Amino acid sequence: MASLKELKGRINSVKSTQKITKAKQMVAAAKLRRAQAAAEAARPYAERLSGVMASLAAKVSGDSAPLLLRGTGSDKRHLLVVVNTDKGLCGGLNANIIKAAKAKARALVAEGKDVTFYLVGKKGRAPIKRDFADKIEKHFDTSNVRQPGFEEAEAIADDLLERFEKGEFDVAHLVYPIFKSALAQDPTVDQLIPVPSPEGAAGGDAVVEYEPGEEEILEDLLPRYVKTQLFGALLEREASEQGASMTAMDNATRNAGDLINKLTIQYNRSRQAAITTELVEIIAGAEAL
Amino acid sequence: MALHFELVTPAKLVRSEDVHMVVVPGTEGEFGVLEGHAPFMSTIRDGAVQVYKTEGAAPETIEVRGGFAEVGENGLTVLAEHVEG
Repeated sequence: MASLKELKGRINSVKSTQKITKAKQMVAAAKLRRAQAAAEAARPYAERLSGVMASLAAKVSGDSAPLLLRGTGSDKRHLLVVVNTDKGLCGGLNANIIKAAKAKARALVAEGKDVTFYLVGKKGRAPIKRDFADKIEKHFDTSNVRQPGFEEAEAIADDLLERFEKGEFDVAHLVYPIFKSALAQDPTVDQLIPVPSPEGAAGGDAVVEYEPGEEEILEDLLPRYVKTQLFGALLEREASEQGASMTAMDNATRNAGDLINKLTIQYNRSRQAAITTELVEIIAGAEAL
Repeated sequence: MALHFELVTPAKLVRSEDVHMVVVPGTEGEFGVLEGHAPFMSTIRDGAVQVYKTEGAAPETIEVRGGFAEVGENGLTVLAEHVEG
């Protein structure tokens, strides 16, 4: 049985932990709203871009299509772009993303492909290094900016496209969490390069004039599309991180509350027991006189 | 008589309004878009988009960088990577 003083110390320590988790939860809730708004605001651009892409890609096909659309013709070397968060305290989010990335990597390796990793965000480094230490191409650091924006997406995309042009890989996949709600964030694997041909392209009903030409526009458009994909992934990551963090911290706060209640009961019982013992001793002493 | 004009960046929808005419800096030269323009698509070079709210009014200029313009049935859409101002 712990002494009264020890119990008091434990209760205080749990109380300060609860204060921290509560604060983090409220911060996450506020940030989540902002992140969701940002994700919402980015949607029109992405929708329009993929609409245009679809109509163009349907017209330009075959050998004349740009490299980004048609690929290098082989699919031996795969690059996994894994988007993780920079900060922890967000429950199982990073673990889930890494699990999805590793599963994909194992599946590709089992098919006899070469797999390399391109990591975005801090929290993916250690766990992926554990299994694929020699396969990591690069870490892209996003922790030095407060909120990763289009500049970061652009930098990542430019880097990726340069590597693709140099022929360092044939296919790139993007692994990132999709924000469903504060309770659910699904890790998703999407093909990034070559750009997958959009399905159900609205075949040209209207005669559209292109300037300079269809192929030139498409060539200009594809890198933008990759950038937009990455930007979307960063936004989803932001929202997922805050959502997961909010839920995890809510749980932690509740657990701390339960623990405090339990410890308080224990503390009161021991105090009562001590008082009773003291009384019994006094009464017994008085009777002995 | 109005042209529906939308200016979109990856971060947000900058403009969505009905205007008289918009002059867009296309890669192969500037072009003005009025209502009822034929379907048209062009990449744009860095420069200023000029928005004429009404006929003869002084244009409002918006600096854009990187992107393309699309004219369709529902008006003009400019997708730009960066917008200044």
